[in-house]
Amino acid sequence: MNAKARKSPPGPLDYLRAWPIRAWLAFTAFYLYAPLITLMAFSFNDSKRNIVWRGFTLKYYQATFADTDLITAFGNSLTIAAVSTIVSVILGAMTALLLWRFRFGGKAALEGALGLPIVVPEICMGVAMLVFFTEVVPWPTELMWPFNLGAIIISHISFSFSFVAIVIRGRLASFNRELEEAARDLGANEWRVFWDVIAPHMRPGLIAGALLAFTLSLDDFVITFFTSGPDTITFPVKVYSMVRFSVTPEVNAASTILIVLTVALTAIALKMQGADVARAETGEGL
Amino acid sequence: MTQSWSKAWGMFAVVFGPPVVWLAAFFLVPLAIIWAYSFGENTSLTQIGVTGTLANYAHAVRPLYLGIIWKSFWFAGLTTILCLVAGFPVAIAITFAREKTRVWLLLLIMLPFWTNLLIRTYALMAVLRDEGYINFALAFLWHSAGHVTAAFGHPLGAFRPLELLHNNFAVIFGLVYVQLPFMVLPLYAALDRLDRSLLEASLDLGHGHLGTFARVVIPLAIPGIVSGVLITFIPTIGAYLTPDLLGGPSSQMIANVIENQFKNANDWPFGAALSFLLMYMTFIAMAVQGVLSRDRRERQA
Repeated sequence: MNAKARKSPPGPLDYLRAWPIRAWLAFTAFYLYAPLITLMAFSFNDSKRNIVWRGFTLKYYQATFADTDLITAFGNSLTIAAVSTIVSVILGAMTALLLWRFRFGGKAALEGALGLPIVVPEICMGVAMLVFFTEVVPWPTELMWPFNLGAIIISHISFSFSFVAIVIRGRLASFNRELEEAARDLGANEWRVFWDVIAPHMRPGLIAGALLAFTLSLDDFVITFFTSGPDTITFPVKVYSMVRFSVTPEVNAASTILIVLTVALTAIALKMQGADVARAETGEGL
Repeated sequence: MTQSWSKAWGMFAVVFGPPVVWLAAFFLVPLAIIWAYSFGENTSLTQIGVTGTLANYAHAVRPLYLGIIWKSFWFAGLTTILCLVAGFPVAIAITFAREKTRVWLLLLIMLPFWTNLLIRTYALMAVLRDEGYINFALAFLWHSAGHVTAAFGHPLGAFRPLELLHNNFAVIFGLVYVQLPFMVLPLYAALDRLDRSLLEASLDLGHGHLGTFARVVIPLAIPGIVSGVLITFIPTIGAYLTPDLLGGPSSQMIANVIENQFKNANDWPFGAALSFLLMYMTFIAMAVQGVLSRDRRERQA
């Protein structure tokens, strides 16, 4: 029966084998990928004019690594992402535990407020942070590195930790409460239960949340654009200033590095905790 | 399943305090300040007094800005429709693919979505600019055609590149490019839940594929369509980078005007009012989504 079915003409619902659907799929894939693939390919092209293939070269990568501004910006981005990830994971884990575990007055309101960083338009959050860090808590710009990055780090934590909370809460949903009861019966107190039973279960969620926070921070342009100063340029802000006026192979090379980095990190995150990361990225509720 | 906070108040205090304090201090307070500023005015070069004036909002509904708000709606609406039309066949292909192909197709849609927005926009600049790939291909065709026509004594003249970048077309092109995955994923989620025997019944009872699509698939996929439309529309209306890099002077959207008020024009109260108008629009769209999904759940119950 099975072998026969395989030979039979496509079933009525086998839309993937219908040519209009196939053609459309191919067109969409071309639309989505052609710009990115050509961008990456031309970062290896030995020509300034960027459009005709003149042979393979790594000189734009050498130029990228020799560009001290770009390297500084990249270092800033990594530092910001690292610090913001650590704090976001801690706050996100707390938020997830709070909402998963406890009943309290005003919980619905708090859930709504925690969802705000995900839904508020980036530009609004950007200007809010700009005003906050110039008028209310003027962040001293002459501070020693990396403390001069504080304003950017704080803004990044504010928009990341709700995403992290979604991922970790998704992981907690699969926790078997009987384990906790068993631990309690065996004499563990509240903290002991947390460290020995709940925390190990959370771990994949923590790692996935961390990777998500890291990529969110590394990728962010709009909010950083409003909180960065002349001495606190991040990689996307630097690339933006290069991109504004021209298309150059150096930018292609720098972009290729960032594409490879974020795609690799996200792939790892998805592998750890696929569905929850996907849910957080498409902004589905807390 | 949840426990009352008073049963484990120590643990509760530890997990309640830091996130709530952070959210209040570094998110709600900044937004509240913007909100207050939207009712203020520049009292001197560096001072803003919150006077409770509504002048900023009145300013925002003047024809110039109303036009930009309207344009943002129009861009976001057109982008959403194009994404819906382009995304539906893709979602159908994913839904009816075999298990293994499906994972790959989903990956195909998601992968560009993980690359940096700035870089994706830059990639489009390289495609659309005067010396870009499209114009390069067109120039090649033009010259080839020129050789042919020259043979007949009608040279074509110099190639003039199509102006594809820095106009409204480029903005829509870029917005669709960026938002398409947001549309495909919810559509797929809805179509995946659909009962296939209904489709088979419709085909058996004489509807063609298009008839089945119009009368069975679309009505059943309405929840997915609604959430896809909103998930595409909401971020698009506040888009900053795409109109900034791909658009021309006349394709500014609300976010670009807001940025300009804060960074160049130095009219923070007016920028604040525009920001809040944008936020209210976002909230209205989300409330619509909430109401629609609640209706649906009630009808199902």
